[in-house]
Amino acid sequence: MAIIERPASESAGAVEVYDPSVATPSSSYGFLRRPVESTGWRSWAFTVDHKKIGIMYGVVAMVFFIVGGIEAGLIRLQLAQPEGTVLSADYYNQMFTMHATTMVFLFVMPMAAAFANYMIPLQIGARDVAFPRLNALSLWVFVFGGIFLNTSWFLGGGADGGWFMYAPNSDVPFSPSNGVDFWALGLQITGIASLVGAVNLITTCLNMRAPGMSLMRMPIFTWMAMVVQFLLLFAMPVITVALFMLIFQRNYDATFFSVAEGADPLLWQHLFWIFGHPEVYIIVLPSFGIVSEVLPVFSKKPLFGYPFVVFSGAAIGFVGWGVWAHHMFASGLGPVSVAVFSVATMAIAVPTGVKIINWTLTMWGGKLQFTTAMLFAIGLIVQFTIGGLSGVTHSVAPSDTQQTDTYYIVAHFHYVIFGGGVLGLFAGMYYWWPKIFGKCLHEGWGKQNFWWMIVGMNLTFGPMHIIGLQGQPRRMYQWTEFRAGEGFFNLGFWNMVATIGTFVLAIGVVFWMIAVWVTHRPGSKVPPAPLDPWDARSLEWMTTSPPKPHNFDRTPTVHALDEVFHRKYEDVTGEDLPEFPDPARAEAHHNYVKVATLEEIVAEEERLGDEHVHLPAPSYWPIVLAFSLPVIAYGVIYTSWLIAVGAAIAVLAIFGWALEPADAEESDFEPPSEGESSKELAHV
Amino acid sequence: MSDVVKDPESDAVDVVDPAGEVAADRGAHAGDHHGGHDDHGHHTSLGLSNVKLAMWLFLGSECLLFGGLISTYMLYRNRHSDEVGPDQLWDIPFTSASSFVLLMSSLTMVLAVSAINRRDERNCRLWLTVTATLGGLFLAGQVYEFTTFYREGLGYTDSLFSSSFYTLTGFHGAHVAIGIIMLLSTVGMLAKGRITGDKGETVEMVGLYWHFVDVVWILIFTLVYLIPA
Amino acid sequence: MSTVDAGDETELEREVLDPEQEHDWVHDEDEAHHPSDKKYIQIAIILAVITAFEVAASYVDLGPIFIPALLGMMVAKFLIVVGFFMHLRFDNKIFTWLFYTGLILAVGVYVVALLTFQFFNS
Repeated sequence: MAIIERPASESAGAVEVYDPSVATPSSSYGFLRRPVESTGWRSWAFTVDHKKIGIMYGVVAMVFFIVGGIEAGLIRLQLAQPEGTVLSADYYNQMFTMHATTMVFLFVMPMAAAFANYMIPLQIGARDVAFPRLNALSLWVFVFGGIFLNTSWFLGGGADGGWFMYAPNSDVPFSPSNGVDFWALGLQITGIASLVGAVNLITTCLNMRAPGMSLMRMPIFTWMAMVVQFLLLFAMPVITVALFMLIFQRNYDATFFSVAEGADPLLWQHLFWIFGHPEVYIIVLPSFGIVSEVLPVFSKKPLFGYPFVVFSGAAIGFVGWGVWAHHMFASGLGPVSVAVFSVATMAIAVPTGVKIINWTLTMWGGKLQFTTAMLFAIGLIVQFTIGGLSGVTHSVAPSDTQQTDTYYIVAHFHYVIFGGGVLGLFAGMYYWWPKIFGKCLHEGWGKQNFWWMIVGMNLTFGPMHIIGLQGQPRRMYQWTEFRAGEGFFNLGFWNMVATIGTFVLAIGVVFWMIAVWVTHRPGSKVPPAPLDPWDARSLEWMTTSPPKPHNFDRTPTVHALDEVFHRKYEDVTGEDLPEFPDPARAEAHHNYVKVATLEEIVAEEERLGDEHVHLPAPSYWPIVLAFSLPVIAYGVIYTSWLIAVGAAIAVLAIFGWALEPADAEESDFEPPSEGESSKELAHV
Repeated sequence: MSDVVKDPESDAVDVVDPAGEVAADRGAHAGDHHGGHDDHGHHTSLGLSNVKLAMWLFLGSECLLFGGLISTYMLYRNRHSDEVGPDQLWDIPFTSASSFVLLMSSLTMVLAVSAINRRDERNCRLWLTVTATLGGLFLAGQVYEFTTFYREGLGYTDSLFSSSFYTLTGFHGAHVAIGIIMLLSTVGMLAKGRITGDKGETVEMVGLYWHFVDVVWILIFTLVYLIPA
Repeated sequence: MSTVDAGDETELEREVLDPEQEHDWVHDEDEAHHPSDKKYIQIAIILAVITAFEVAASYVDLGPIFIPALLGMMVAKFLIVVGFFMHLRFDNKIFTWLFYTGLILAVGVYVVALLTFQFFNS
């Protein structure tokens, strides 16, 4: 078996407690060694292992999910009754702005990044991403950016301009607190994380594939994640421009959005939505990828029309660039623009519909297993279809003009983002949990989690269609009994239902936490998962659970799409075996028999594994460089000398990074007293 | 593996035959930590270097950044006071000269890459230094131009035109400044032998960035300076 | 992608045959295609000449072809620098694809955005 870097335990704990004063001069930094520990907090803070980075992404994203959820709960409490008094108007504005910002930028995107980081190298048979240190940089930039953004709550209040922060409404006269500054700078920072991650993961997908892993053999999640990274790559700079202009406007008195000077208020809207519409696909495509993995496994059938799913995903990626102005139909673009964007918007429903058909036909005639992951995947298909259909009603411009800024819009995008994005992410959690943590999440609590969430979301967002069509505007902090209407369409009733639904949904999330606790608490009775709990199909399963630091004992050679399936099963079509007569089955012409278990396959891989596996050493610099960014950002808001301090840290980190060798020095692993003999251990 | 799974096409396994030391060694490398020795274009699926791929992706992304800044300027270029607009401010001969300087720095940059590919480190360092000097000259020209405009009454906050002009050219100037730091750092690291990766590739990457900055100026020179508002 | 994959196999095989290659830091394959220094200087002269024409054009009255001529020269310079100095003409086509995807997206979305501002009517 291969050993990659020396585990700390082998040196009797000496590595754990490091005393700089005894370091040899040959240590990497003279007085500081490379952080080579494989246990303890250092092994996480300075890691460059894509799996640890993925887990940290996920943990931080879930924390922000809870923060955003609390914000959502407060919003719904405020609106439960007429003339709500839970929040002041000012706090209400901050709450819905920060709820959306947190959920989109600090939960869904990083959660998708968590899966992408963890799964892409495993799915393509690589030992890590293309640039492991850049990967660590992405993580820490995101973490510091998210924390920075949320410190605004304690420093004069959060941003209050709505998540699209239309300028000039977000300029100082209309939003005098520092909230918008925190928002703009915070998104700028997390944008850097996304951009760096995009460059890294695209390079990984294109260039780090195992032998035989052609693009059309890549697992579908990796494909969708790659499309998302392309969207991020090209969309992030657009919002970067807009955010810079907003920052300069607010902090350095630039005039980009000063209408008195002749500024065009549509400038921000265009820049925001040129970014913002691809962003919608950035949110849902990773989940589409996840359910495209989950559905075949639990239907015991290959994904129906893999090339169609791939190309429709890519098509969504492209067409997504041509529809941004449908967010601006009510802003007076002029009839020609509205007509063009209206048609383009209807067109993008086509590739999305292709995907839904593919998923449905994947399940058609399959032997369905209703595990929690499968339930979430089916939930996505149903809920996203509802959101997609209300989306088509927006593409019709006259209809959209009526719906704009009402709760109908809120209903639509929650069905899309929660129904399409979040349900898929939960499906991914249940599906890959045994891969990542070696234990299946408790199915009983998982099913509670699913049903409470799905009922909760429909109770919450379903009534919003009604109250929206009744004319309740979004972002109003109160509604009045006087205008609530009568009978079935009474706003009071449906607002109360929505609020109750929110708490049903919250209970569902609590059940998720219970499932995690029950699975992992000390003394938990949940047994370790088998290597192949779901009879899975793709390459990430062809290693231990959780995977070793180097992922694969030897680099796999890939011969087919669904490589693991084809290693486990042999096609015995034509041999004397009972036929499956049902013509609807996609595999009607193929009969497979199981010839190997995953345990056997992995044991064989282990036996033939590489002698020396060489992984890059951890590094201090990513987290140091990431730390410099919020320092600079605080400097922009409060005092310019902090900018200089932050910049100095950044320069130090960049030069440290550039001069750092790939491998830790031998002396980094050893306290100097231990000498040669134990050094050998590092090379077993 | 072929013991476990029957696969007629498993001859490709030879490539990573663990019995062969070379192949085992090949399979044993994880991610390209430094953009250096690992990825000489031979370990990767496309046969291309990771760093180069990443650099081109980054430059593709930068197109959208400068596109946004240029569009904002184009939208706002006419929105200024009657006294200080492009017509009063532009000094075409001066800007042409500094554009020419930046253009020629692209030539010296490509000569540096050419030198390092011949393993001629001495000349490479020389050309890199010349490139950085020309970049510095361009930047000095920009500082001079900004101060002149400011004296003539064009403050950053004065009009939509001034904000968008200074922001666009300022972003470009910042890119040039970063490029100069990269060039000089490369010279220093070459001299001290501290480049952790492939030397030729490092110089080539700095070059790609530098040429891109030059290309952006080609656009700005025409769209901002030569085409009348 | 099939052509790329084929190349990928041969790449692997060659590496197995010639492990020393890894330690050779010269871009052997690139060099064969790259222009010589002399050629680079000629290209730079062409660029300088185009720049001279651009500047000259802004001093004479070319009437309606003025702006198209300037834009044409700008694009020519752009393509020359990107194609020759940045080696896109000689390198793997995937770099061209990646870069031009960004460029075309940028031109596309921003021109459309400016169109909605009635920018080109003025």
